Amino acid sequence: MIGGLFIYNHKGEVLISRVYRDDIGRNAVDAFRVNVIHARQQVRSPVTNIARTSFFHVKRSNIWLAAVTKQNVNAAMVFEFLYKMCDVMAAYFGKISEENIKNNFVLIYELLDEILDFGYPQNSETGALKTFITQQGIKSQHQTKEEQSQITSQVTGQIGWRWEGIKYRRNELFLDVLESVNLLMSPQGQVLSAHVSGRVVMKSYLSGMPECKFGMNDKIVIEKQGKGTADETSKSGKQSIAIDDCTFHQCVRLSKFDSERSISFIPPDREFELMRYRTTKDIILPFRVIPLVREVGHTKLEVKVVIKSNFKPSLLAQKIEVRIPTPLNTSGVQVICMKGKAKYKASENAIVWKIKRMAGMKESQISAEIELLPTNDKKKWARPPISMNFEVPFAPSGLKVRYLKVFEPKLNYSDHDVIKWVRYIGRSGIYETRC
Amino acid sequence: MTDSKYFTTTKKGEIFELKAELNSDKKEKKKEAVKKVIASMTVGKDVSALFPDVVNCMQTDNLELKKLVYLYLMNYAKSQPDMAIMAVNTFVKDCEDPNPLIRALAVRTMGCIRVDKITEYLCEPLRKCLKDEDPYVRKTAAVCVAKLHDINAQLVEDQGFLDTLKDLISDSNPMVVANAVAALSEIAESHPSSNLLDLNPQSINKLLTALNECTEWGQIFILDCLANYTPKDDREAQSICERVTPRLSHANSAVVLSAVKVLMKFMEMLSKDLDYYGTLLKKLAPPLVTLLSAEPELQYVALRNINLIVQKRPEVLKHEMKVFFVKYNDPIYVKLEKLDIMIRLASQANIAQVLAELKEYATEVDVDFVRKAVRAIGRCAIKVEQSAERCVSTLLDLIQTKVNYVVQEAIVVIKDIFRKYPNKYESVIATLCENLDSLDEPEARAAMIWIVGEYAERIDNADELLESFLEGFHDESTQVQLQLLTAIVKLFLKKPTETQELVQQVLSLATQDSDNPDLRDRGYIYWRLLSTDPVAAKEVVLAEKPLISEETDLIEPTLLDELICYIGTLASVYHKPPSAFVEGGRGVVHKSLPPRTASSESTESPETAPAGAPPGEQLDTVPTQGDLLGDLLNLDLGPPVSGPPLATSAVQMGAVDLLGGGLDSLIGAPSFVAPPAAAVPANLGAPMGSGLSDLFDLTSGVGTLSGSYVAPKAVWLPAMKAKGLEISGTFTRQAGSISMDLQLTNKALQVMTDFAIQFNRNSFGLAPAAPLQVHAPLSPTQTVEISLPLSTAGSVMKTEPLNSLQVAVKNNIDVFYFSTLYPLHILFVEDGKMDRQVFLATWKDIPNENEAQFQIRDCPLNAEAVSSRLQSSSIFTVARRNVEGQDMLYQSLKLTNGIWVLAELRIQPGNPSFTLSLKCRAPEVSQHVYQAYETILKN
Repeated sequence: MIGGLFIYNHKGEVLISRVYRDDIGRNAVDAFRVNVIHARQQVRSPVTNIARTSFFHVKRSNIWLAAVTKQNVNAAMVFEFLYKMCDVMAAYFGKISEENIKNNFVLIYELLDEILDFGYPQNSETGALKTFITQQGIKSQHQTKEEQSQITSQVTGQIGWRWEGIKYRRNELFLDVLESVNLLMSPQGQVLSAHVSGRVVMKSYLSGMPECKFGMNDKIVIEKQGKGTADETSKSGKQSIAIDDCTFHQCVRLSKFDSERSISFIPPDREFELMRYRTTKDIILPFRVIPLVREVGHTKLEVKVVIKSNFKPSLLAQKIEVRIPTPLNTSGVQVICMKGKAKYKASENAIVWKIKRMAGMKESQISAEIELLPTNDKKKWARPPISMNFEVPFAPSGLKVRYLKVFEPKLNYSDHDVIKWVRYIGRSGIYETRC
Repeated sequence: MTDSKYFTTTKKGEIFELKAELNSDKKEKKKEAVKKVIASMTVGKDVSALFPDVVNCMQTDNLELKKLVYLYLMNYAKSQPDMAIMAVNTFVKDCEDPNPLIRALAVRTMGCIRVDKITEYLCEPLRKCLKDEDPYVRKTAAVCVAKLHDINAQLVEDQGFLDTLKDLISDSNPMVVANAVAALSEIAESHPSSNLLDLNPQSINKLLTALNECTEWGQIFILDCLANYTPKDDREAQSICERVTPRLSHANSAVVLSAVKVLMKFMEMLSKDLDYYGTLLKKLAPPLVTLLSAEPELQYVALRNINLIVQKRPEVLKHEMKVFFVKYNDPIYVKLEKLDIMIRLASQANIAQVLAELKEYATEVDVDFVRKAVRAIGRCAIKVEQSAERCVSTLLDLIQTKVNYVVQEAIVVIKDIFRKYPNKYESVIATLCENLDSLDEPEARAAMIWIVGEYAERIDNADELLESFLEGFHDESTQVQLQLLTAIVKLFLKKPTETQELVQQVLSLATQDSDNPDLRDRGYIYWRLLSTDPVAAKEVVLAEKPLISEETDLIEPTLLDELICYIGTLASVYHKPPSAFVEGGRGVVHKSLPPRTASSESTESPETAPAGAPPGEQLDTVPTQGDLLGDLLNLDLGPPVSGPPLATSAVQMGAVDLLGGGLDSLIGAPSFVAPPAAAVPANLGAPMGSGLSDLFDLTSGVGTLSGSYVAPKAVWLPAMKAKGLEISGTFTRQAGSISMDLQLTNKALQVMTDFAIQFNRNSFGLAPAAPLQVHAPLSPTQTVEISLPLSTAGSVMKTEPLNSLQVAVKNNIDVFYFSTLYPLHILFVEDGKMDRQVFLATWKDIPNENEAQFQIRDCPLNAEAVSSRLQSSSIFTVARRNVEGQDMLYQSLKLTNGIWVLAELRIQPGNPSFTLSLKCRAPEVSQHVYQAYETILKN
């Protein structure tokens, strides 16, 4: 299991060091600094073995988190734990920065003592942790016996993410369907790979211990139900979507999903990520990028890029940005664009073209002349792909929320009394067109 | 309030100031001071001098302060054991506190203090906490048992904590169950033989129920534990799989991977005709693909595992090629892994796409990645015949880029394509020759020279080209020299008239001016061949070469099976068995897949089950150069292989095939001397490898029936010392069981009865497995022979010397003590034959200071006799080679406590003295192993 956990700043100075196992010595702290943080070359692997000791690291801005072990540990678990550790810290004090870590080092030690015992991860749900570890010192000495046992049963309980006695005057919930579209397209406009990775984020303000059931236009479910009324599915056309795979927050009863494909759960209070999913079929690609690059002799490039929006004309895409890479030996660029603003950014080796808004079924174009310095560098320019960023108010996978039923057996509010909000946001993930 | 200020106090006299503050009356000031101490501790300053002052702050009702003091204690208690005792009282008191959080905190911290005196006091509180009414306390106590076991295993056993821990598996709270499982699994790992985690259908059922209810981490502990279970038949395997599959939708990747491990392992038991088998295969793919959208570090872990999974079950992901396409922004470690998997998944159906991608990658920036991409194109050509032509033209395009390392890499792979498809793509040779001057890497030079030699008759200026290399012959690396020698001999055989001078020049360079024995030997062979019988020379040197196999860097099947059992763990990331990177006995237990269902084998535990790769999936060739390649056995591939099942292609060569095969592999041999990174050329010799493995199998059949050597009985307890009882005896090992053969003689005048025997604790835990049974009273002058079965499950204490055994024998007269030495070979277990790859890796891995060398004098045996005699005492010959007339035997043995000993035995024919080099992680046993060798060989 995890033998020790260290946090370093960008210089390699130790900010936090907690050793859990006897086989990890103080020299391990230095070994990582010398061999990884101070190593000149790029990190070639997130797992490093130095003198029979394995180091797992993740970086958050310029802070290094490293877990150390001498055993054959579950590597996936160690990384999941490190991410979780980052989440927990962020939930307590915001951004993970050197200053914040130093300001909260006592708290971090306390957390590390609680969520990792002898190197075994323990309950690390922030909701539960916050009931007894706070930044204002520990509450527990003044708690009643009931409160104490409520804490311990929540920390160890089956529903570790929620506790009894939550009350809201207004029962309300917000559902965000957040999708990122990923695309890799060849210069000829052929889709090399495309997928949507989506998340359903729920923010709930519900009283008591509500049972929830979530439904969406999952093809498997629709087909199962639609057997009786076959015409309904056929007339509505592309109503259901094929989900390649999905994963759920730990509150969702997985065995029920496996047997009935229904998503039922008791949600944590406030915001959490209910599910993640991935689709690859029938994706609506909101934009198409058509590049045209022409080399004019050795010292000049002509670039023309057309973007086309491909969704309902009534909808508006926002925050559109097209990034056209330029060669390293670029000496000057002249750009003309029909819409938005375009600029050559020498430090980033790219022309950045920004458009605030663009409606569906429209088209816009940019053309640029790139002057090159003559070089005798034999190596050809690698021609990185043209990438795009945008935000659209629909789900490119076609996912639709059908219902979210809330049922609280003990309190007297019904599904109808809950105010529900649903929002769809599609963003670009890695949206690239080779040129 | 911010705490960062504590990091900045670095005045002189700081310790003194802190001391004053710690002893202050004001609570706030005290707390501030402790925080400063902890901050100093973190940055590595020694604040142990403040121990008494900090401990004094412990008795407080301020929980935050208490936690800080505990943190300090955990760090420094070991250096101040006497002072640490001062803290015991507070701990014991806290364990009785009404607040469960404080009880748990106390027991959690106490377990982290590794001071003997404190652990004694820990037992009682721990016992109470294990039965605490609060689950939070119980789950903490469960982990504490593992902590205590790490400090003092004996104490844990004596106090019966293991039983209590086992009871917790049935606890009502899922988190307690999960922690108990984690603790038990860890303890069981250090006692491979014990039956601690007594998994049976009932307990498995309990675990599967808890799986649905506990935290994500708990699910991982339980799944990892389940993976160690071997179901009794396919039906049980299926029902477990059914209950594990829902975990594949968990958001935590580690839960998913651990579930995949259980499924991959148990699938092995399911029949492929089963509908369920197909369903399961389909269910595996989506979650594996989803792992690729996780954070990059996890992607890396997932990809390393997917690499294993596609080797074991290629059908799982065969339609998912696209998801492995490299993204421009992927970190380099993700890119390299994706590339590896792309090649494994390449098939006729998707080759066009793959090639287009690879070509794209070959223009990237990272040198390693580009090289790998070029190499991948070559491998596609070899793997998918239909694509070969396209691959070659892609490679030619890349050569045109003139980027130096791309060109070199391309030439290396084109050589392999020529080997695979002879006489098909020679038209490109001209293009290759244009780039001759730019080649500066040995591998590329060697490849180019091979091509010139092989196709000498079609290259007009072949002699000029080769001659140009000859000028700097002595500055070239060995592989280039060997290749040049062979190429010029080929050229001579094809165009004898013009090249006589050239061949003489190279032969003299190789034989007279070189210090390299390989080069010299090869030079002499060619010289002799050419001068005695040019026709034979032609048949040998220009013989048809065996075709190379398509897959070259597959992991060896037994290692692969073992790694599948370690999915998700570090072993699967390193692609090495845990024994290669974990110190000591922990985790060295060899895991293997369960055998395909057969009810007769159901009683076997996973540790002893044979590696059950179904025969249909065995590969035709054993790759000779895996990740674990060492330099030790490289030369093995040189000598001709005798033995019946030679690779088919070698047999076709007819009468001279033995020599031909041998020399042929010599021609290819330069690649075997190459650094381990050279994975592709290894295939040149792959058929030889398979011949060799047959050879190994032959040796393993010899002499396994007889038991190990038994020394004659010696007098252990003379009658004078034992009031008339004389005991003599010896030790035997037969079919895996050890016994002590005793002869009791009554030399007194009275009848002896009520015999009993006991051993003192000893190095290997030898203990009587049954009471000493002397059926009738022993009358004067009577003698009885008794065989006392021994086990190695007794308690362990290191003795001096290591193999001494103190024995107490009781009879109706008195108790007598004696001590004897047991020969170590009774502890050599029957499954001590190490896999060849593992042997190589382990040998390299054990530091040189652990190597011990001994001389065995006056032993008249030859290598075969030595090998078979040692084998009957469970010392196994893993490999054998002949170097300059000396026989080198590489041997392995394993002791009952799991310690491996690796040996190299050097035998010179005619010389009765052998040299024995031993390598072992526990070097103290070497001396005794050497004595065992002596005993076995000389008797």
